[in-house]
Amino acid sequence: MSRRVGVIRFPGTNCEFDTVDAINELGGEAKVLWHGDSDLGDIDAIVIPGGFAHGDYLRCGAIARFSPIMDAVSTFARNGGSVLGICNGFQVLTEAGLLPGALQKNAGLKFLCRMEQIQFASTANVVGLGASTGDLLNIPINHFEGNYVCAKETLKQLEEENRIVFRYTDNPNGSIGDIAGISNKRGNVVGMMPHPERATSMLLGSNDGSSLLQSLLSTERAPSTNEHVVSTHDERI
Amino acid sequence: MRFEVKIEVLPREGIANPEGSTIERTLPALGFETAGDVRVGKVIRLHVEADSADAARAIVEDMCDRFLSNPVIEDAIVEVLTA
Repeated sequence: MSRRVGVIRFPGTNCEFDTVDAINELGGEAKVLWHGDSDLGDIDAIVIPGGFAHGDYLRCGAIARFSPIMDAVSTFARNGGSVLGICNGFQVLTEAGLLPGALQKNAGLKFLCRMEQIQFASTANVVGLGASTGDLLNIPINHFEGNYVCAKETLKQLEEENRIVFRYTDNPNGSIGDIAGISNKRGNVVGMMPHPERATSMLLGSNDGSSLLQSLLSTERAPSTNEHVVSTHDERI
Repeated sequence: MRFEVKIEVLPREGIANPEGSTIERTLPALGFETAGDVRVGKVIRLHVEADSADAARAIVEDMCDRFLSNPVIEDAIVEVLTA
């Protein structure tokens, strides 16, 4: 069981403590890691939480990949370590080349903060343990740039490789293919716009996020390979 | 040689541009009924040391491709202004 979770904090991150609390409530041991450190310490999984890393200057998530800790995150991911990017964390993962595509402004041109229903499209990833394809979850979104976009060939590849993790049942933001979350090929890196850490108690309107974080805590590390799964730049094209 | 370079970064066609569409919807209120296709992006200006204008352009295009723009959603137009 992966109990020790590093939650990365960049300047401008604002969901790190919600994430830490949610993980600790589930029996994990979460700690905040500063972006300027280059060492992850002894951890079993990483969450890149929501917020506005580096002020979202230039583009959402664009500067974060230059933070010293991101080299360690890339190496950790390449070695099969579990990495979950939530909201701005998803944007950071795409800009860092760990996941393909990009997040553009919502099609309705409005900031959206509300509960959304999403559906598991693939469970072959670090948040899918114990879930079944087709499972419905209520998890809130909180974003302006959550409209996932990628090249047609990339979309085809995501579909063929079973890498679309979640789809919205009622697309709120214009995302291509109703995509709410994707994974890398091995399934150990997942990015999603909805916030599972904000759906961990019925007091918050839903506890459907708990099972995703519980899966992250329970997933064994994917076997290390020499396969070049992490490109520095090409993934986003 | 030192070159001044201007980079225009604009959302690609088909990519939402809320600033542009908001301005476009507002212009008729001032009587500008004929304006359309408003797109808002950003301008980045910088200096670069290079042997020629072409070399300066190549350096900046590399910057755009790797950092200053995201080719999935943005186009970058590089203009070498002065030597």
